[in-house]
Amino acid sequence: MDELLRPYDFEFFRNGVIVATLAGGLCGLVGVYVVLKGMSYIGHGLSHAIFGGFAASALLGVNFILGAGAWGVASALMINGVTRRRVIGADAAIGVITTASFALGLALFAVFGRQGASFDAALFGSILGVGTGDVLAILGVAVLVSGVIFFTYRSLLFTTFDPEVAEASGVPTARLDALLMLVLAATILATMQVLGVTLIAATLVIPATVARMLTDSFARMLLLAAGIGGLTGFVGMNLSYHLDIQSGPAIVLVGAGLFAAAFAVSGARDRRRPTIRPLSS
Amino acid sequence: MTERSEGMPGARAPASRTADGVRGRSPREELTERSEGMPGARAPASRTADGVRGRSPREELTAPTAHDLARLERVTCAYGAEPVLVNVDLRVTPEQFTGIVGPSGSGKTTLLRVLLGTCRPLAGTVHRRPSLRVGYVPQVETVNWSFPVTVSECVLMARTRGRVLPWRSRAEQHEVDGILDRLDIVELRDRHIRQLSGGQQQRVFIARALLGRPQLLLLDEPTSGVDVRTRHDVLHLLADLHGDGLAIVLTTHDLNGIAAHLPHLVCLNTEVIGTGAPREVLTADILERTYGARMDILEHAGMPIVVDHHAAHHAADNVVGLRRTGA
Repeated sequence: MDELLRPYDFEFFRNGVIVATLAGGLCGLVGVYVVLKGMSYIGHGLSHAIFGGFAASALLGVNFILGAGAWGVASALMINGVTRRRVIGADAAIGVITTASFALGLALFAVFGRQGASFDAALFGSILGVGTGDVLAILGVAVLVSGVIFFTYRSLLFTTFDPEVAEASGVPTARLDALLMLVLAATILATMQVLGVTLIAATLVIPATVARMLTDSFARMLLLAAGIGGLTGFVGMNLSYHLDIQSGPAIVLVGAGLFAAAFAVSGARDRRRPTIRPLSS
Repeated sequence: MTERSEGMPGARAPASRTADGVRGRSPREELTERSEGMPGARAPASRTADGVRGRSPREELTAPTAHDLARLERVTCAYGAEPVLVNVDLRVTPEQFTGIVGPSGSGKTTLLRVLLGTCRPLAGTVHRRPSLRVGYVPQVETVNWSFPVTVSECVLMARTRGRVLPWRSRAEQHEVDGILDRLDIVELRDRHIRQLSGGQQQRVFIARALLGRPQLLLLDEPTSGVDVRTRHDVLHLLADLHGDGLAIVLTTHDLNGIAAHLPHLVCLNTEVIGTGAPREVLTADILERTYGARMDILEHAGMPIVVDHHAAHHAADNVVGLRRTGA
């Protein structure tokens, strides 16, 4: 027990646990929309795109949040624009935009020298250097994103499920799509430090997928995904200390374990459940 | 064919086809804008008031029948260079119960979209009664059935105005239950939408449309992929709703199962080939022009029955192909 609590003597670890739990919950919440809109790849791409902004701002000495934030928002809106125009292959266009940005980040680091910890941290996540400011930043983003989802819940659900009919019913689907991309960019930006660029997609997708296996209701899926994400972040961060691995991989591995467990359980439940007998209509 | 491709922007081709009267007007200007307020929560009593009040003078001039819900005049739509609808005239009155029939690709769904307001025509005018409330029931094949929503969540989705809180109010719950009860699916309200039969799935989306208290209900192929009995049930349900004062326009490819039972039909193949009661339009001549294939009309128990002894769709494709190469 003492062994488990020992890391809490360190302030950076306490901050790290808070940030990881919040980050996990936040990604879980946003991930529901990402998964249901079939945007998992966009989340993955966007986090890589933001890495370019991260590298550029690190080297130019610009504030990280400002630099990567502006870059992230621009990439998000660009991706959103590309996906709405379905004539060109959206997936290919996203692949180009985001990997080019990622490559630019790598190139910048290669030319101007890696700055050790921050480079690795951006790629794989780290809790070293997580300060009170980071805790407040992610708390702010979490409140903002929850607020957006709370107050646009109905329109966002309609748009996610049935964009055409939603639009015909007067729901501003284009604006909601853009809003969702901004929320996604903010989420990635805020959680990048702890989770790492390469692994953020997993923290977006896994909690939502596990939640989907456990419920058929949208409202419950949202709550479950946020809870599962937070739990995964908390457990993963503790594991990362005890196993001495980066926080990103630890959190993703815990999520993957939960996924496997949920998959096994829901598979067994499906086998036991009699085949669905529709009532006569 | 070659003429059209010569430096002419593809989208203009069909517009120039419709020729006089239409050319030169911007379709956007001519569109009667959709209602801004969309008072979902207002009682249907305001219906008659809407028809009289708030009408612009210009519209007064162009509206010969004041009580039309919507009216299309010489509407032309195209996706790219391919015209989907050409010079379509259509009136939708509050008493309407119309089936739009025609082969695949004849513009049936596009016509619904024009009525719905999601498809802006290239030429022609669309008049919609100000603050007209339209309910839309999509084709079941286009629905994402693995999406995590229960029946009541799905129905309530349509209520995006008036209340911002995510959870339903007691009054909303009551209203949803009332509609589900009316459609005989109230006991299924907590089920996932996949765990329903075809007819029940159809009803869920009809319920969602009804929650918006529409004056006009549009259904895209409401009975495709369901068995005979379900088709019959859905048809009866629609007849009941129509009896309660709801105008209905649906598309169908099913001439005998659906179309022959409706009071009014529109035969569509890019252009309107014929309109009227089934007896008037289900004739060998009109059907041949609609489907491009010869069909025989039999009569059974006072109702027309269409029989195609050739593979009708095959023939239709060939004729369309020939017409194109010929022109």
